[in-house]
Amino acid sequence: MPELSLQQALNLALQHACEDDDRVLVFGQDVGTLGGVFRVTDGLREKFGERRVFDTPLAESAIMGTAVGLAMHGWRPVPEIQFDGFSYPAVDQIVNQVARMHFRSRGALPMPITLRLPSFGGIRAPEHHGESLEALFAHVPGLKVVSPSTPSEGYHLLRQAIADPDPVIFMEPKSRYWHRESFDPTEPVPAVPPGTSRVAREGEHATLIAWGAMVSRCLQVAELAAEDGVELEVVDLRWLKPIDVDGLAASVAKTRRAVVVHEAPLTAGLGAEVSALVTERCFADLRAPVQRVTGFDVPYPSGALEDEYLPSVDRILLAIQTTLEYRRG
Amino acid sequence: MDTADLRALHRLMVVARRLDEEAIAMQRQGALPGYAPAKGQEAAQVGSAAALDLSRDFAFPGYRDLGAAVAMGVDLVGYMASHHNVWHGGLYDAKASRLAPFNAVVAGPVTHAVGWALGAKLDDTGGAAITYFGDGASSEGDVHEAMNFAGVYRLPVVFFCQNNGWAISVPTREQVAGGSVAARAAGYGIEGHRVDGNDVLAVFEATRAALDRARDGGGPTVIEAMTYRMGPHSTSDDPGRYRTLAEEQEWSERDPLAVAARQLSAEDVAAAEEHAAAVVREVREGLLALEARPVEELFSFTYREPTKALLEQQRVWEESLDA
Repeated sequence: MPELSLQQALNLALQHACEDDDRVLVFGQDVGTLGGVFRVTDGLREKFGERRVFDTPLAESAIMGTAVGLAMHGWRPVPEIQFDGFSYPAVDQIVNQVARMHFRSRGALPMPITLRLPSFGGIRAPEHHGESLEALFAHVPGLKVVSPSTPSEGYHLLRQAIADPDPVIFMEPKSRYWHRESFDPTEPVPAVPPGTSRVAREGEHATLIAWGAMVSRCLQVAELAAEDGVELEVVDLRWLKPIDVDGLAASVAKTRRAVVVHEAPLTAGLGAEVSALVTERCFADLRAPVQRVTGFDVPYPSGALEDEYLPSVDRILLAIQTTLEYRRG
Repeated sequence: MDTADLRALHRLMVVARRLDEEAIAMQRQGALPGYAPAKGQEAAQVGSAAALDLSRDFAFPGYRDLGAAVAMGVDLVGYMASHHNVWHGGLYDAKASRLAPFNAVVAGPVTHAVGWALGAKLDDTGGAAITYFGDGASSEGDVHEAMNFAGVYRLPVVFFCQNNGWAISVPTREQVAGGSVAARAAGYGIEGHRVDGNDVLAVFEATRAALDRARDGGGPTVIEAMTYRMGPHSTSDDPGRYRTLAEEQEWSERDPLAVAARQLSAEDVAAAEEHAAAVVREVREGLLALEARPVEELFSFTYREPTKALLEQQRVWEESLDA
């Protein structure tokens, strides 16, 4: 059983996607010769040639705009934008073009584009290298959004995203690129179509809901809580659009308490949507309001303040305590 | 069109002109919500689009390129349905027609043409892309990104700028630093040519040459067709607030239809008018017969594989109808 990092697992997923479908194209800034700044595309140009794996000029809007044209021509583009914070110049293309072309053309021009986006914080990076944009993209009709939490999740979700006939924003948790896991990517697993979550740990007292890098933090919290006899269920949401409401409801019906954890700022973050969905579906089951543990409503800070900004083990434990002790009026 | 055929090009221009006039009339009658008149730009649009090979090329229009749709033989009722507020992007088959659905983001589609051209190059079809944009759109960053990208990869794409003098109320001298969009091509190491945009033969020849060069691996070309928007920016615009009648008069003497007609016989011109009148009647009737699309279509085209949430929203909406 090979041990793979998330970076290697994603690299393998791209390799297999290119092998299985010769319409798949991998392109973006520095993805060719260099193999990507995180080496996710390492070796792909040697394997598939510069026709299918190529560097682009430093132009995010053109990267997404050419992806639109390539998809119109029948290709299956898998562009990379180098960092979350640099996707803003491409938001016009993503929102006004990628997300709407299928609708505008009444289905004549599908957009099977997977945008790979190194995302979230946690690596002491410079400014604009630690953004969490899931709420922005999940709000856009026509897009699907997904974020993996582990190497095996990364492998299978990226394969799924590339196979999907609609545009998918694939948010790679960059702080987990070097986290390793033993798994065999060739081993068949249940499909992970849009809107499937997974229970990363079973528990009965409360449900922690997270995605990307926050899943491992929640698992860490669950370990600590178990020492005090509190059994926490951890749901890895995976797909941020569409959200697996049934999966969340099944968990919350059992535990009757929910805490959402994300790196993005609190206000209008995706936690608000998760909270609303859980409340709509599980109002009678809930024993406490859905809690949110998130970043603050401030710009993503410098490395020296990063640990204060990101949801910490202590902040998550506090939210769990609040939900467990909650009493009506 | 294999060779420049002035009579055929003139016929197409007359169709575009008369349909344009009909659209404005329908807007005033309350039958069309709004429209972006193309009057004055027929030679630029028809001359360039007629040079395309519809078996392998693809065009990316803006929202003022009716002449291109006419020259490409697009279903005009389906095309006008977009202005008619029936469906953003129209009701024609964009893929089969080789004409992308227009959208209101100026310069957005310029990058799409570059991507399409890259796809054509990878597929080795010999196909080329043409993208239509104006002097106003040339200020957008996407035009720079697109030209640079296409220049780096020597892609088979024609950047067809209709410099019609005005970006709504702002004249070219306040819009284009250096005064020429074509001149910018040199900076990208690609061909750039200015052409008389009111001379349909000159436009056809320049575009045909650019397409041939693109197919032969010669890379992209910027064509700047110097023309004039004889009408308002849109049916809710008032050009009297920003430009002079003298200027409009000066350009009306260079009306592209008149320029072409002077080289044709009176019979040819009369026959073209007769043909255009028949097309306009047909399109008008087709437009008036257009009904709103079934509301279910709101839910039909957002995704190829709709999300559960969207299907649920549709279900609740359907229930609300029965309530």
